[in-house]
Amino acid sequence: MTYTQTSYPQTQFTTASGTHVWLNGVTKAFGDLTVLDNLSLEIFPGEFVAVVGKSGCGKSTLLRLLAGLETPTRGEIALDGQCLKGLNAKARVMFQDSRLLPWRKVIQNVALGLKEQARPRSHWALQQVGLDSRAKDWTTVLSGGQKQRVALARALVTQPHLLLLDEPLGALDALTRIDMQRLIETLWQEQQFTALLVTHDVEEAVMLSDRVIVVQNGRIDLDLPINLPRPRHVGSPGLTELKQQILRQILQN
Amino acid sequence: MATTLRRPTTRLPALPWDRIIPWVVPAALILLWQLLAQVGVINSRILPAPTDVVQAAIRLTLSGELLKHVGISTWRAVVGFLIGGNIGLFFGVLNGVSRPAELLADSSIQMIRNIPHLAMIPLVILWFGIGDEARIFLVALGVLFPIYVNTFYGIRAIDPGLIEMGRVYGLSRRQLFSQVILPGALPSILVGLRYALGNMWLTLIVAETIAASSGIGYMAMNAREFMQTDVVVVAILLYALLGKLADSAVRWLEKLTIAWHPSQNLT
Repeated sequence: MTYTQTSYPQTQFTTASGTHVWLNGVTKAFGDLTVLDNLSLEIFPGEFVAVVGKSGCGKSTLLRLLAGLETPTRGEIALDGQCLKGLNAKARVMFQDSRLLPWRKVIQNVALGLKEQARPRSHWALQQVGLDSRAKDWTTVLSGGQKQRVALARALVTQPHLLLLDEPLGALDALTRIDMQRLIETLWQEQQFTALLVTHDVEEAVMLSDRVIVVQNGRIDLDLPINLPRPRHVGSPGLTELKQQILRQILQN
Repeated sequence: MATTLRRPTTRLPALPWDRIIPWVVPAALILLWQLLAQVGVINSRILPAPTDVVQAAIRLTLSGELLKHVGISTWRAVVGFLIGGNIGLFFGVLNGVSRPAELLADSSIQMIRNIPHLAMIPLVILWFGIGDEARIFLVALGVLFPIYVNTFYGIRAIDPGLIEMGRVYGLSRRQLFSQVILPGALPSILVGLRYALGNMWLTLIVAETIAASSGIGYMAMNAREFMQTDVVVVAILLYALLGKLADSAVRWLEKLTIAWHPSQNLT
């Protein structure tokens, strides 16, 4: 009750740092269908990488492999030098649909799976996304954008070292999406986790990431660093140019 | 011209009309029934006047007979419900979460479910005689299937995305069950509970009227022997009242446990 008014010092919980991600010759096949084909990729600690591509190119499978929801058919995945087996405990996933439990209040959704200090940590996470005032509401009364912010708080509450974003803003309206992009960028800058964003929105990828990876037919088609200063603005010349370059690359095949 | 046609507005006094209006038709019917019985249009052997029914209820209550019969009927209902309900819940959960268990048991359960359980009465009497075991067995059988079916489908209807999310967020199998699967299936389980309670009274009425020496059904059948129509009507009204009570209990349980569900008119 009293927690809602309290502000938590950043240092109390922000001890996270990013995971080093390394994929070596990863192939994933479902039956005869090869979704990822001998894919190798290194992501550095604290880096923000966006993966774009046409639907069905294997970008979501890449994310599911990193979450440990799928196992590679061939090749290996290492996190901080350790081979990934089973579910990835270091990672948290934010899904396109918020996947909040409707039978739990907002705060209980954020506290999902927390063992210690569940209340203060959940309030802290809700403060980060600016929704602490809705802590005691049912999730069903929230708007789509608010639901995704709660989902983001739930993902960040455990201070993950790797945040996997599976088209988290795909279902939001354009204005809410800009707000969420800013929020994700700010929280990433503060907490320095490694982030992998899967998206079909090239502009969003260029806005947020340090590096954009284009996946085509299960392979990396383009690996492009985005060296634009932050905060970035939609419509700035550099951003538009990069966006065009990536779009051309995707559409030429 | 128009103003002369305007009727004086009859303003209704500020009463909770929404609550009163649903009772107008039943009240009118009872009044009509009383009137027809008093005038003699309805033979009291066919249907005694409401006042006679009330008198019979008071008489039976004062003699302690009513309480005894209600008590024994309720006991049978509760015991049968607990046995059948728990078996139904157990198999519903087991087959809901485990594909091998479903393959093994579901089609057999569906086959048994399709036998009208009241058709088993002759066999049940042969097995258990006419004691309470027979009636409790029948009630348990009547309660089991609605609970089973709704638990099973409630679990199967849970969004697989939520279960996947629970796994990614580090829930153990037990936590996954208690925090995601069971709460998700609860609205459906409560629907099953409602059906089960309806079946429970229905089964008990039939079982008590066929072979019993106590209980509300026995009281009604016994009264029929002596042409005490008023007591028969009291018994019928008792069943209605107990059924309504059971339904209210489920509603209360729903308010308590699934306040989040759209069916609960969330505001």
